Amino acid sequence: MRQSFFPVLTVVAVIVALWYAACVPMNGQWARDQAQRAGVELSFGELVADTLSQQRPRLPAPHQVAVELWNSTIVEEATGRRGLWNTGSLSNRSLIYHGWITLSATLLGFAIGTGLGIVLAIGIVHNRAMDQSVMPWAIASQTIPILAIAPMIIVVMNAIGITGLIPKAIISAYLSFFPVVVGMVKGLRAPDGMQLDLLKTYNATRAETFAKLRWPSSMPYLFASLKVGIAAAIVGAIVAELPTGAVAGLGARLLSGSYYGQTIQIWSALFAAAILAASLVALIGLAQRITLGRMGMDR
Amino acid sequence: MSSTSAPLPATPQVRAGRMQFWGMALCTLLAAALAPAAAGTAPPFTAISGLILAAVAAFMGSRRLPLAPALALAGAGLILAMASLVLAAAPPASAPFWLAMAATWLGLWMYVAWLADLNLRAPALARARSLATPAIFGATLLWLWEVGVSAGGVARVILPAPSVIAERFARSTDILWIDFVQTIVKGAFSGFAIGVGAALVFAVFVDRSPFLKRGLLPVGNFVAALPIIGTAPIMVMWFGFDWPSKAAVVVAMVFFPMLVNTVQGLAASGAMQRDLMRTWSASYWQSLWHLRLPAAMPFIFNGLKICSTLAMIGAIVAEFFGSPTRGMGFRISTEVGRLQLDMVWAEITVAAIAGSAFYGLWAVLEKRVTFWHPSQRGR
Amino acid sequence: MKDTQPSSAPVIEARDLNLTFETADGPIHALRDVNLTVGRGDFVSFIGPSGCGKTTFLRVIADLEQPSSGEIEVNGMTPDAARRARAYGYVFQAAGLYPWRTIAGNVKLPLEIMGYSRAEQEKRVAQVLELVELSGFEKKFPWQLSGGMQQRASIARALAFDAELLLMDEPFGALDEIVRDRLNEELLRLWARTQKTICFVTHSIPEAVYLSTRIVVMSPRPGRITDVIESPLPRERPLDIRDTPEFIEVAHRVREGLREGHGDD
Repeated sequence: MRQSFFPVLTVVAVIVALWYAACVPMNGQWARDQAQRAGVELSFGELVADTLSQQRPRLPAPHQVAVELWNSTIVEEATGRRGLWNTGSLSNRSLIYHGWITLSATLLGFAIGTGLGIVLAIGIVHNRAMDQSVMPWAIASQTIPILAIAPMIIVVMNAIGITGLIPKAIISAYLSFFPVVVGMVKGLRAPDGMQLDLLKTYNATRAETFAKLRWPSSMPYLFASLKVGIAAAIVGAIVAELPTGAVAGLGARLLSGSYYGQTIQIWSALFAAAILAASLVALIGLAQRITLGRMGMDR
Repeated sequence: MSSTSAPLPATPQVRAGRMQFWGMALCTLLAAALAPAAAGTAPPFTAISGLILAAVAAFMGSRRLPLAPALALAGAGLILAMASLVLAAAPPASAPFWLAMAATWLGLWMYVAWLADLNLRAPALARARSLATPAIFGATLLWLWEVGVSAGGVARVILPAPSVIAERFARSTDILWIDFVQTIVKGAFSGFAIGVGAALVFAVFVDRSPFLKRGLLPVGNFVAALPIIGTAPIMVMWFGFDWPSKAAVVVAMVFFPMLVNTVQGLAASGAMQRDLMRTWSASYWQSLWHLRLPAAMPFIFNGLKICSTLAMIGAIVAEFFGSPTRGMGFRISTEVGRLQLDMVWAEITVAAIAGSAFYGLWAVLEKRVTFWHPSQRGR
Repeated sequence: MKDTQPSSAPVIEARDLNLTFETADGPIHALRDVNLTVGRGDFVSFIGPSGCGKTTFLRVIADLEQPSSGEIEVNGMTPDAARRARAYGYVFQAAGLYPWRTIAGNVKLPLEIMGYSRAEQEKRVAQVLELVELSGFEKKFPWQLSGGMQQRASIARALAFDAELLLMDEPFGALDEIVRDRLNEELLRLWARTQKTICFVTHSIPEAVYLSTRIVVMSPRPGRITDVIESPLPRERPLDIRDTPEFIEVAHRVREGLREGHGDD
């Protein structure tokens, strides 16, 4: 961990530097056109300065995105007319508000998907008929782009009067469902024959075998699939926000940004989504470290 | 199933589907008893007789009848019941109809449990069973969908029946083909090729520098967990509405997962193997070619399989952010808007077939290339 | 049997060799003041408990570890130069065959890397597989063979190119005793036929006494040589030589040497 800190920092620094460097050619054309129209000749320094500070750049500079992120979260809520400070509720212009909309759908869907996934995995491990008939479909479903169903689910549920959080949560749920099923089946089957035979010599029941052996041995697999599942759940929630006409949520911010050419808005929404995803994955990683550490399974 | 001549103990088969068996028998009896009282949509006589045949065959199979004929008779009875219920399904369905449907479903589930618990010694039979059980389960779901939608009178704009979707599919193969070429061939495949190729080359480059490797792996793992699909509007802005922007999204989605897998794979060869290469004073390229690349193959194929699914998702979903008037994502979003759900389902079918075929291609290649790996040898 | 003393130019010569690993718990003296000369045609065994530096010493000879101080020469060269000249074959504890190559392909691998012609490769592969009695298994994959056969294939791989020196790091350590006896016999026959110099790491006293012309007894913390025993046994050794008084006498001396080394703890 400690020894990769400096290399990671270097790689990140290089990426940011490349990003800045890319801004000049990406936004240069517009800057030169503007200058030509005004009849001015741009020096290289002026050109660079302009490409890093345009209103609607093709590629916003890192600091522009950072400033936008800051302004549309802390500043908006603290000083905005509709912000938390002035109205007591989150402003619909702030990324905190939109992030929360996406996060709530993600978490609800993730909880449903994970719960059902674990239940199905337990069934598959204990029932040969379910193993042979359901498991191949669970594996196959991971190879197909099920995200494509998202718009249909939203619209159909709208048609029968279910709107808001639930449809998005359902999409998140089924995206996180299958990784959990496949991972947990693997995990519940992780104990080898010797360990199972040992419990058999104790005349342990199926429930005892499950509680004392299968469930604890599946923990590393559970956390691994939870990480995959939460990442999928966020993608599901974001995509689910697209077809309803961009009302609220990070997906809606992305879409409205692309309608109006607000590149800085797109990028800041994208980074908000990335921060959200990264913190959720990190949170699960933390839970993993604590749990496996208590169980003595971390290395 | 005629070659199951080996004498098999009867008890496990009875136990396997016992609950479902009694459920089926009970539902069948109730349906038959209530049928005269229901006007219009009572379950047809053929369905009831098929179910009774299946129940009798299953019961006899557990007692006297040899297994193969019992399985065949029960299967025939269930198929008869399924077919006649499909034909007779019309809203509003009566209680006996729903009971007959439940009986058929329980019967199919009993049948699967029965098959699953068979003690098959011949490997060919076991393989046939491993195909048959998921196929029966899939057919059961399709059948439930079909009969449930038509008997329950579910509106087409909510959920079209499979037969309607299949009909739409057959009618619109030209449009589906155009969309397939636009999205999968042009968008997904080209992006996949560029992204994966670049990641492979870059991984070999990164592998030479431990510093870069330590820096890039955490960053790569981090990026692989991000919702990259969100870059779609940016790519549309940069590369236009047509397929290059979709390919760019796919490149962004597959690059890091592929890079991380390949770099891990290149480090997968054992220390002893690398020492051995050193005792022969092999050059860097020799040890890469003879040792590290072959040892990395399981990881590389794992990456290819993950990326094949990501490429499909990327190419389809990116079209939700803007596309020309063709493409699978475009079709899905516009036909949803026009409530033509049968067309949407047809597109989803294409996506499912394309996705699993593309994935299957890599799985087959993996089997041929990494035949030596323990995970492949076992099967 | 007096010519076990190095007569011609020594194959390996180590003078005041030291090797210290820096770890988080402080330095570990893997080798301290090791002096040893190995002559041409010798069969030298290194024996000692784990951590005594026997494997480390072999790895220093093979240029897989760098000594902290002292001098070592292999064939009159530095280990690095000897490695580049492909002066030795190395056999590890595990067979370490590539699962994706056939037995013939595995034996051929070093020849491919060293740039032998195709015809020469075929000839040598057939020759060494014959030598380790694996003819007829060319087309098999390693995971289709038993552990003993895999280890024989890895010896064949080390013999395939013209190295005068064979370094073997507990090559039979993971095998059961019955297989190990047979491979020991075969190894002696091989040694007699090829006239190679062999350095052999083991933790089995009977194995060391049975195989070697000289037995180097080592002890841990710090890793050092405590005794070098010249074997009085003839070069021709049937398996039942292990029941003779001479054999038991040598084995006794080795055991004494190992016990003394432990007395320091």
